[in-house]
Amino acid sequence: MPLTEVLAVQDLTVELGGLPVLRRIDLRVGQGETVALMGGNGSGKSTLVRALLRLIPAERGTIRLFGTPLADFRDWSRIGYVPQRSTVTQSAATVREVVAAGRLARRMPFVPKRAADRQAVAEALNAVGMADRAGSELSRLSGGQQQRVLIARALASEADLLVLDEPTAGVDLAHQRILAGLIEGLVGAGRSALIVLHEVGPLRELIDRATVLQEGRVIHDGPLGELSELRLGRHEHEGAVTDDRWLEGTVER
Amino acid sequence: MSELLGYPFMQRALIAALLTGLMAPAIGTYIVQRRLSLLGDGLGHVAIAGIGLALVARQAPIPVAVVVCVLGAVLVEVLRQQGKATGDVGLAILFYGGLAAGVLMSGIAGAGAGTLAQYLFGSLTTVTRADLVLVGVLALLVLVPAIGLAPQLFAVSTDEDFARVQGLPVRFYNLLIVTLAAVTVTLAMRTVGLLLVSALMVVPVAAAHNLVRGFFNMLGCAMAIGVVVSLAGAAGSYYADTAPGALIVVLAIVVFAVSWPASVLRDRWRRRLELPELAETAEEELAVPHVAAGTHPHVHGPGCGHREVQHGDHTDFIHEGHLHAQHADHYDEH
Repeated sequence: MPLTEVLAVQDLTVELGGLPVLRRIDLRVGQGETVALMGGNGSGKSTLVRALLRLIPAERGTIRLFGTPLADFRDWSRIGYVPQRSTVTQSAATVREVVAAGRLARRMPFVPKRAADRQAVAEALNAVGMADRAGSELSRLSGGQQQRVLIARALASEADLLVLDEPTAGVDLAHQRILAGLIEGLVGAGRSALIVLHEVGPLRELIDRATVLQEGRVIHDGPLGELSELRLGRHEHEGAVTDDRWLEGTVER
Repeated sequence: MSELLGYPFMQRALIAALLTGLMAPAIGTYIVQRRLSLLGDGLGHVAIAGIGLALVARQAPIPVAVVVCVLGAVLVEVLRQQGKATGDVGLAILFYGGLAAGVLMSGIAGAGAGTLAQYLFGSLTTVTRADLVLVGVLALLVLVPAIGLAPQLFAVSTDEDFARVQGLPVRFYNLLIVTLAAVTVTLAMRTVGLLLVSALMVVPVAAAHNLVRGFFNMLGCAMAIGVVVSLAGAAGSYYADTAPGALIVVLAIVVFAVSWPASVLRDRWRRRLELPELAETAEEELAVPHVAAGTHPHVHGPGCGHREVQHGDHTDFIHEGHLHAQHADHYDEH
């Protein structure tokens, strides 16, 4: 049975400063599917995510969200974007205020928050287990907790497609496992997810398919198990990453 | 005090001060959030060109300055959006060009340095009835979006990409913020003056950040501080016979100075409240052996001279080859 198409990218080329960063990319996410977008540093993962969210223009190719061409897409509340944690300005904002920003796609300007908005924020905070920290300032939370808050913000719009950009970066293994359980539960409820990953780690279990980029081209599209270490060259995405290596990675960052 | 309120010019000055005290910190909250704290200062310089133009054309200064300053602000924002104002040089040329043009034109108009000074540091006696009407109308036009669109402007100033993925017209909101900032700066010329207005946009926000938790609380608290220091400064400058802008800004800085120890106390109190929760999360992760550092008279903190390293949910300090992490009243070896 073919899956209902949630995201479809065809023949996408993106240039940054005149240099092609993505070349002829195909990518698709079906309903209820969890797709990992993988590749080494500079392979174009984040650029691809930014292009399909209309944050940067595409040179060539087509992007369709829920069957609608990107240029005509207006139903933004169906997209739950979880950017890289490091890109979020550290402000005085509380957890509740940050998560409430996830309701803006459903709110009209000058109209105060409604009961449905408050409830969606409360439910999103519950879903990530952060309800008891709603009044804390985001900047005072640990990395893993901040990541959960950003996921709650994406959930608050009641999104059907979650786009997560390196949700495990800078998060310790214990918290990565918590995140994995969280995402698994969300996708189990009928949502789809596109997850940008540098290393698979504890998320391995929930990934249906992986699209691997290298130097702006897709070099693999299929189940994770088919990935061979040889094809990936020096970057090892396969198998158990030992704790020691993981720690080295965090220090680099 | 009743003597003060008896003078019509003081009544007008105090109303203008009240409105400025509300507007400047409201817009300042977004400006500070976008790390553009010095934008207000630059726009003040551009407004000076507007004053010069008004003097040459023999027009009322506020309307001309509003138009010139808004045009300058839009230009700056469009250049920023196109990625062409990444260097500070373009902005510096625009801002100092504004100041120079203003001084030059007021000279041509035969106005002395004193004429310009009343716009640079504020002047109580110069608020005319027509000025007040214009200030009142424009203040309303600034405050309604600044408060009514607060959730949208908050999202745009803290996480532009996320706001865009929510379908918000980010470019429009960014232009709105700088336009409102330009109008605020210009209207403040009678009270705090164009050279000091930036302080009234930034200092109450910094003080409010120390005093309250949460973005929207900070917005409200900053506006309250702005009103208090503006009214007190305007009234006080009558008695001290000084430029109101100077006193308003000094008072704002006094409030900030007082808010700082208050924030340290608040943090200490908070840490005491939040420690049990932190201990809980640590337990569910990994059991880290607890090794307390020996006698440790030095207190670690940002900028204490020891290099800081982020370690999970807290900061360690590199201390003679090992890591120290604060734990209640002592340090642990990590």
